[in-house]
Amino acid sequence: MNATGFSWTRVGAILRKELREYRRNRFVVVTTMAVLPVVFILVPTIELIAIRTSLSGSKLNTRIGLSLVYMLIIPAVVPSVLAAYSMIGEREQGTLEAVLITPVHEEEMLIGKAFAALLPALAVAYAVFGVFLAAVAAFAQPAVVSAVLERSHLLVQLLFTPLIAGWSIWMGIAISTRVSDVRAAQQLSVVANIPPAAIAALMSLDVITPSLGLALGIAAGLLAVDGLAWRVVAAMFDRERLVTGRR
Amino acid sequence: MTRTSGPDAGRRSAGGGPALVVEHLSKRFGERTAFEDVSFEVGYGEVFGFLGPNGAGKTTTVRALGTLVAPTSGSAVVAGIPLSMDNGPAIRARISIMPETPGLYMRLSVAENLQFFAGLYELDAAEARIEGALEAVNLSGRADDTCGSLSKGLRQRVALARALLNDPAVLFLDEPTSGLDPVATREVHELITSLRQRGVTIFLTTHRLEEAERLCDRVAILNTTLRMIGRPSELRELLFARTLEVRTGAPLGDPAAVFGGLPGVEHWERTPSGSYTLTVTDPDAAAPGVARALVAAGSDICSIAESRHSLEDVYLQLVAEDVEASRG
Repeated sequence: MNATGFSWTRVGAILRKELREYRRNRFVVVTTMAVLPVVFILVPTIELIAIRTSLSGSKLNTRIGLSLVYMLIIPAVVPSVLAAYSMIGEREQGTLEAVLITPVHEEEMLIGKAFAALLPALAVAYAVFGVFLAAVAAFAQPAVVSAVLERSHLLVQLLFTPLIAGWSIWMGIAISTRVSDVRAAQQLSVVANIPPAAIAALMSLDVITPSLGLALGIAAGLLAVDGLAWRVVAAMFDRERLVTGRR
Repeated sequence: MTRTSGPDAGRRSAGGGPALVVEHLSKRFGERTAFEDVSFEVGYGEVFGFLGPNGAGKTTTVRALGTLVAPTSGSAVVAGIPLSMDNGPAIRARISIMPETPGLYMRLSVAENLQFFAGLYELDAAEARIEGALEAVNLSGRADDTCGSLSKGLRQRVALARALLNDPAVLFLDEPTSGLDPVATREVHELITSLRQRGVTIFLTTHRLEEAERLCDRVAILNTTLRMIGRPSELRELLFARTLEVRTGAPLGDPAAVFGGLPGVEHWERTPSGSYTLTVTDPDAAAPGVARALVAAGSDICSIAESRHSLEDVYLQLVAEDVEASRG
């Protein structure tokens, strides 16, 4: 038994437990993993299929950018709902103390919870984006299709989806360790997603010109923030406060 | 001041030290004192009862010893490891705490719950350990049941199985029968008795005095400060004089002439129910003389019995003393 060092076995145990719980929780599966993505896929797809070829270049870009913003809302919203529930949910169902009295380290618990929110979020976000691209390719005008499949758009989507999800998860978990109500945690974590989503939106709308260098620079910044957030949230993790509700 | 009876330190392990050594431990939350200046030792293989009214600091003491809350002052050694938050993972690996609420994932099965915790303890041969723990709590046939479908008593048993997974050096049971019906309570008592027979060191917090009296080798009574510690029988003797209860067919004409001057009888008084309470140094030695004196006085003896004070009497006496003291 390795009680003192960081253990991926314990991270794996947390990850497996979380995923099992998601599968058994119809509310999470139906609302977070199904309803929200469907809403976010319908509007932008219809929007792009309805575009006529006579639309000017700048207007076309704006419409496409707006549609792609919808795709980036998924990695912001889906994991934030899961992450915001992570600690406060354990406390509400009375399981938190039972977990905290095991040798689990703060970092292990946090990374396990984070992966458990990240994996389904990435799966849903990339699946939705894939369906969106397929629908656009099948039903939209050729000019729209070639604009949507532009390298910069794909890069923003592929690169920023996990990074926005990471930010969203750490914000959600941080809030979840400090508040005492699930709904408050979920609402606050949605608000906390505004900054990275705004950057991505500005790039999708071409307000910030999404050059490869800029995209990579911002992505590297977000990656550093995500990595730092793990440590910051671990430092904020206070067993005593979580168990007793006070310090 | 703590009143102590008998050897304070419990049994010691082959390695030398007791399972728990607590010295002047205190915990404050801001202005509120949860517990203060608590000192005691618990030996390996001992069942140690920690009694006290609601809010006395029992659960906070357990949490402090389990490194869930940081003590404000004092020191402790838990399962051979000095108590500190840095030693938290090592201490938590060697002990188990069963909190008052079972803390189970209701959507997961019994086996899935235990698999999760076995993973957190990084147990080798986890499946065999899980089987063993379920067997110990008589739940072998319920491994695939979801915890949400179990009764409260069965959930408590699952929580106990979880607490046994890591073969703890010290098992803390925090109010294990709270909210259980009499049948489930008896089942939990039987489980604790069987663990005791297996030599598991148990730290049992409860406010059910008959539970402590029945299960514990020694008890400590906490009411923010530690009030008493010792074997239940010794605590009774510390607090209460030993007495004989004498019931006669009719009131004695001159009780002072009957009881006065009898060897071993220090004091007597008539109770409102018409019987007599005799304060004695040794009930067994005094009873024959009392019987002879009553026969000589021509009295019909209905019964002569030693008065038995329960642990509840001890507890209520101490709590009453605290209430009295707080009134100043």
